Amino acid sequence: MEIVTSEFFQRALIGGLLIGVTAPLMGLFLVLRRLSMIGDTLSHVSIAGVALGFLIGVYPIAVGLLFAIAASFAIEKLRKAYKSYAELSIAIIMSGGVALASLLFTMGKGFNSNVNSYLFGSIYTLNDTDLYVIGGVTVIVLVAIWLQVKELFLITFDEDAAAVSGLPVKFYNVMISVLTALIISVSIKIVGALLVSALLTIPAACSLIIARSFRQSVITVVIIGELAVIAGLLIAGVWNLAPGGTIVLLLIAVLLMLLVFKRGVRTGS
Amino acid sequence: MQLRIAVRREMMAQSNRITNADASCHQEVISLEDVSFSFQQQTVISNLSFAVKERDFIGLIGTNGAGKTTLLRMIVGLLKPTSGTIRLFGEKVDRFKQWERIGYVPQKNSLNPLFPATVREVVLSGLYGRNKLFKKMNKADHKKCEDALHAMGIDDLKDKRIGQLSGGQQQRVFLARALINNPSLLILDEPTVGIDTETQESFFHMIKHMHQHHNITFLMVSHDLDMIRSYLGQEPAAGNGKLKFHIKHSHETQDCVENDLAHSLKGLREQMESRKEVVLIGDRN
Repeated sequence: MEIVTSEFFQRALIGGLLIGVTAPLMGLFLVLRRLSMIGDTLSHVSIAGVALGFLIGVYPIAVGLLFAIAASFAIEKLRKAYKSYAELSIAIIMSGGVALASLLFTMGKGFNSNVNSYLFGSIYTLNDTDLYVIGGVTVIVLVAIWLQVKELFLITFDEDAAAVSGLPVKFYNVMISVLTALIISVSIKIVGALLVSALLTIPAACSLIIARSFRQSVITVVIIGELAVIAGLLIAGVWNLAPGGTIVLLLIAVLLMLLVFKRGVRTGS
Repeated sequence: MQLRIAVRREMMAQSNRITNADASCHQEVISLEDVSFSFQQQTVISNLSFAVKERDFIGLIGTNGAGKTTLLRMIVGLLKPTSGTIRLFGEKVDRFKQWERIGYVPQKNSLNPLFPATVREVVLSGLYGRNKLFKKMNKADHKKCEDALHAMGIDDLKDKRIGQLSGGQQQRVFLARALINNPSLLILDEPTVGIDTETQESFFHMIKHMHQHHNITFLMVSHDLDMIRSYLGQEPAAGNGKLKFHIKHSHETQDCVENDLAHSLKGLREQMESRKEVVLIGDRN
């Protein structure tokens, strides 16, 4: 248990607490806009950025972030080109990201073990700089959502009505993509690029089962996200498991319990 | 598909604006000048010119693919015309800022039944326009929401999830959302699709009441020919093969205008409920 009091674990816990708020919150908007897969795509592309960061000796999260933002713009462009097959753009950019990452991995053989922690997450690798970056991103995301939650709600619920109300829908689409890219790039070190989208989508999936209002679903995603991250990190720390995998499996367990509970309520009533 | 709208009294040719004693005091709410729209090399709307004046009621009918929804979406700025000019309240659509003057009820087929939003949240979202950017909702805004809910007779549904409601109830919610700003122009895109006949009739009665007693201009796409014909006249005032415009001009309606929409709609609802009879659409009391 002494691991829990160690400095690196506490850093991971603070980082986890921060992304446990921002990732599920942003994920709620993405899921409701039927963009669940965008998290996966951006995280896979950011891995290519991380690999490039290692290769050229630049802070990997920053390069990953730039790649994720570029990918989010590329998705928007491709979405327009394929209109009714918008998910195609997500598939193309995702495989492009993985392809680029694999090339960069083979070019820099020495850093493969480091990259592993970005793929599956680690509680040992978070340093002070990472924590400051996560803190900064958390502030940006929370302020943006707090100031514009009603506009984001309207755009999510009915994009046409938002446009007819005079809201700059394009600006909000870009904002959502950029904020998502920010969250993903700072989350991958803890949760792992392959699993980060679960932290975006599963709390939202849970809220669709139990929340009756938008307000409730905002509260639900944050509570579920936080619980899973804290419990997941503790379990991973004590039993030396991959934190990302533990957090995601906990989230899936919560989702299954809610589904069973809801079914029980329905058959019981 | 060619569409050329014949010019009647309210209509205007590109260079020939017609004014008369009846209409001159009424502002042009919507005007289209030579508007065309093409999609993938196919002309959907061609050289369409017409004007809607304050308190007019335009019923737009046409077969699938005639361009009804396209026209509505161009008018509210969701689509850009390939050529021509559209104005709202005298201002070009792309420069128009007073969107709170317009209530728009889109086709509701895109609503996800699982979406976690209550009726109250949906109705309140009608206020989330550009002039409320970065501002929190205040007491007056919540009062407006209560009034809109009340006017539509959906007070008791306000905490229900929107997806749990029947089609007719959802339509009332969207109408309440469109009414929350007290709009001068209501644009409705097939508001009664998937709603039973009785609910449709009471819905239209409500629309008709709003038109007759309040200062609201209507542009409505509908597939319900009976309703359109009984209220707006048997024959279309303008149109060609596929797109037809039935019009009731502002000067054909009574002049009495009530101010409090919520109150007057509540009165109408109580009256309808007490009579417990199907109200005929063409009935003008």
